[in-house]
Formats: sequence, structure tokens, C-alpha cells
Amino acid sequence: MSVQPTAIELPAELRESGRLRSLVALYLATMRMAIQEQFQYRAANYFYMLGMVAEPVIYLVVWTTIAEQQGGSVQGLSAGYFAAYYIVWTLVRNMNIVFGAPYWEHRIREGELNKDLLRPVLPLHYDIAYFAGWKFVVILFWIPLAVGLSLVFDPTLDPRAFEIVVFAVAIWGAYLLRTMLQESLGMLCFWTTRGAAIFDLYMTTELLLSGRLVPLPLMPDWVQDIAQFLPFQYAFFFPIESLVGDLSNAELLRGLAAQILWILIGLAIFRFLWRRAIKRYSAVGG
Amino acid sequence: MNALRVTWLFFKIGVLNELQYRVNFVVQLFQSAIALAVGLVVLALVYSHTDELNGWSQPELLCVLGVQILMGGAIKMYIQPNMTRLIDDVREGKLDYALTKPEDSQMLVSVREVRIWQVVDLVSGSIVVAVGLSEVSAGVGALDALGFGVALLLGGVMIYCFWLVIATAAFWVVNMWTVVELFDGVFQTGRWPVGIYPGWLRYSVTFLVPVAFAVTVPAEALTSRLDWQTLALAVGFALVLFGATRWFWRFGLRNYTGASA
Repeated sequence: MSVQPTAIELPAELRESGRLRSLVALYLATMRMAIQEQFQYRAANYFYMLGMVAEPVIYLVVWTTIAEQQGGSVQGLSAGYFAAYYIVWTLVRNMNIVFGAPYWEHRIREGELNKDLLRPVLPLHYDIAYFAGWKFVVILFWIPLAVGLSLVFDPTLDPRAFEIVVFAVAIWGAYLLRTMLQESLGMLCFWTTRGAAIFDLYMTTELLLSGRLVPLPLMPDWVQDIAQFLPFQYAFFFPIESLVGDLSNAELLRGLAAQILWILIGLAIFRFLWRRAIKRYSAVGG
Repeated sequence: MNALRVTWLFFKIGVLNELQYRVNFVVQLFQSAIALAVGLVVLALVYSHTDELNGWSQPELLCVLGVQILMGGAIKMYIQPNMTRLIDDVREGKLDYALTKPEDSQMLVSVREVRIWQVVDLVSGSIVVAVGLSEVSAGVGALDALGFGVALLLGGVMIYCFWLVIATAAFWVVNMWTVVELFDGVFQTGRWPVGIYPGWLRYSVTFLVPVAFAVTVPAEALTSRLDWQTLALAVGFALVLFGATRWFWRFGLRNYTGASA
């Protein structure tokens, strides 16, 4: 017995809205799954977070020491500012963890990509949704950590309501921006198996130009000039500064606009590379 | 004597094994160069805003950086690979192969692996120390050099003990990997003299994870700040820690039932 497939012709705009609705459903389902999955690994998630705290605490202590030696501030940045900067840093850094470029190598080598390609949506959607869901677990776990660090280091933090709103948006902007950069970089793995060297270089550039190492005003002027024209600071310095610093409303909105611009540029680069990558991809097994 | 022979044998096998993968040397060279460059940039950045950090001048902190790279290289060359293999072996049930051999089990699990390309970090760390020292005005006396050697050795022993305790815990707790990540983060505190940290953190990275003994104390010897009390404390603590670690290893073994291979 065979069933004759019947094609129902839908008007174009109805088909579009159906596509969007199923994409939203996919995102919600994937996020819910990520939350449940990651909540099971509470201890591992927490240890990972604790290990990460060493980095900002070291920076914080060094710059606080210098600030105190010089009568309370470095370049107008006080010890309380540094404390606030590096405590907020921990949340932004956690938001910044995305599907990393090196994992594309794993995905290709282990043949996982074959399974992903059989799905009707791009792996990119799945990555964004999964890590976005994970972030809810991360934010929940981060709260006690932030309280602890605040008790120890005494940050100066009194944001306006609008700054808090912008910050809440900007951390997700940072998440999407870094996702686009890392996924685009990951496309390299379709051409070479020695991407590690380039990933190292990328991480170093990002470390120096994003505000991860120090608040950008501490960098020499020429470094700040270069950083202006690169996306890195919008995934690190801008979100932190939106809460910790005192940017004007116009500067805050301009920052968000820059995030959106860089996300779109990143997306365009990713799509360009992805089309070419998938054409030359061939796999065995999986 | 036998222990030394076995160690040497494993070392030779390990080196021969690693020599097959010569491209790894280039990879290591590249990674070390990047790490060193970042370290130097950070130092330059800090000293563009201040002349001294907690009483340490830039060349002196260069020595600290060098010692940290050197010690990090030694850890990644010898200590960490053996301990991560131990953790893996426990999980996969392969530890029985080592336990059935007619040698001291602690010695055996501590010498089976060597990552020879980490020698890049040993060399570059030494160069950084030398460059730093050449700019320190006071110079290094014979006594300082001797103190440095002793302190470095003691520091290495203490880090080894820390790792073995962690690895031994794998008898009870399966997922020790996260602790490995934790250590890498904490070891970065060694980049700076331990005196700049607030009390709770200073004690943690001295006695809980002996980074201070492994990096700051040798660097203090080089820059003529080491007093004999600190060195005596290092000797005492290393001995106590070594004894306690050995006891803990045996205690762990007694409770280990083996998963069979």
C-alpha cells in the first residue's frame, strides 16, 4: 500500500510564519534541554566557574595594589572601580563562553557533523540555542559567587536603572557577538587540521584588545585606537563598562548599536564561509 | 638504587616516544612564545603605571615570571602527565597493571610519563630569569644561587605532593578533571609575588596549593630577600607534606578495590 504524498500549497507569507514558529519552538526546546542537562552537572559547572575566578582575582589584586600605592587610583580608576570591574567581568566572561572554534575540529573529526547536517536546520541555530539555555544555569550559579566576591573586595557600584537595562541586553549581545566570531573562526577547520595556532593567536589578540586583561583606558592610546575598529571590546569592555562606568545614555545606545552591527557582520562572514565550507566537506561514516 | 634505574628507564622510553612527534616541538615553541609575549606585555603595562609593585621592581618581577614559566614547564613535563594518567588509570581500571609490578607503587605511578617538548618552557623560563637578573643591580651571590636551587627543588616536591593527593582522591571521586582546570587557574597566581594577595588568598596559595613555595620563594632567593626562616619553613613543610602524602597514598590503596582491567 502506498500513500501518495499530497502537496498543500500554502501562501508564501503563511509558510514563512510557520518556519519562524517552528524555529522558535526549536530554540525553546533546545534551551530547556540544555538547562536540564547542565543542571545535572552542578558540581562540574561550579568547579569550572571557580577555576575561572582565579584569572580576574589576580588582575584585580594587581591593579588594586597599584591603585593603593598611588594614593587610591590609577588613571582616575579607583580600587573600588577595579573591584566592580572584575566582579562584573566574571559574569560577562561566563556569558562569553560559546561553541568554541576548536570544537569544530572535534565535530568534523568525530563525524558528529554528519548527524547535524541531516537535521532541517543549521547547526548554528542549535549551538546558539543550547549555549543560551546553559547561560540560565550559569547566571543562577554566578549569583552566590558574586556575593562572595563583593564581600571580600568591596566594589563601588551604583548603576542607574537605564544602565542596568542596557547591561541586561548587552550581556546577551556579547554572547551573540562572540558566538558569531567563534563560529566563523571555526570554519577554518574545514580547510586545515592545524587551526590551534590561529586560535591561540586569536585568543591573545582578544585578551589584549577586549578589556579582558585590563579596562581599556589603562592601555596605551594607540592600542585603544586599534581596539575602536575591532569587535572584541563589544563582547567584554562595553558590557562591563555599561554597568560599572558612567557612560551617557547616548554612549550606551551607541554601544548596543555597535554590538548589533558586529553581530550582523559576524553572521554575514559566517554564512559566506559556511556555504563554501559545506561544499568541500565530505565525510566517511559518522 | 633500583628506583633510580626504573625512573631512568621510563624516562628514556618516554623521550623516545615523544621524539616521534617532532612537529609537536614547533607547536610547543609557538605556544610558549605567545604565553611569554603576553607575560611581558602585562609586565610592561603594569610598570607603565607604577615603578614598583609591593616593593618589587620590574627586573625583579621578570625573575618571578621566569621562575613561574620554569616551574610550570617542569610541572607539565613530569608531574601533571603522570598524575593525569593515574586519574585515568583508576577510572579505566588499568591501575592494576602498575600495582602488580614488584616496585614501590607510589614511585612507579610518579615516573611513567614524560613530555619532553616542555623543555622549551624550561629553557625560555631560564632565559627570562637570566635577563631579569642581569638588570637587577644587586647581583646574585653564591649563597643566593644555592638558596634558589634548594627552594626550587622543595617547591617542585610540594607541587608533586599536592598533585598526588588530588590524584589519590580519584580512588573515591571519579570526576577529578575539573580539579585539573582549577589548578591551572590557581597556578597563574604565581606570576606575582604572593605578598600582594590578601591574607586568605595568600595562605591558600601557600599551604593549600603550594604555588608560593614553588615560585615566590625561589624568586625571593634570587633577589636576595630570602631569610633563613622562610627556607627552614619550606624544608619543614615539604617534609611534612611528603610524609602525609605517602600516608594518604597508602591509605587510598588500602581502600582501593580495583575495577579489574
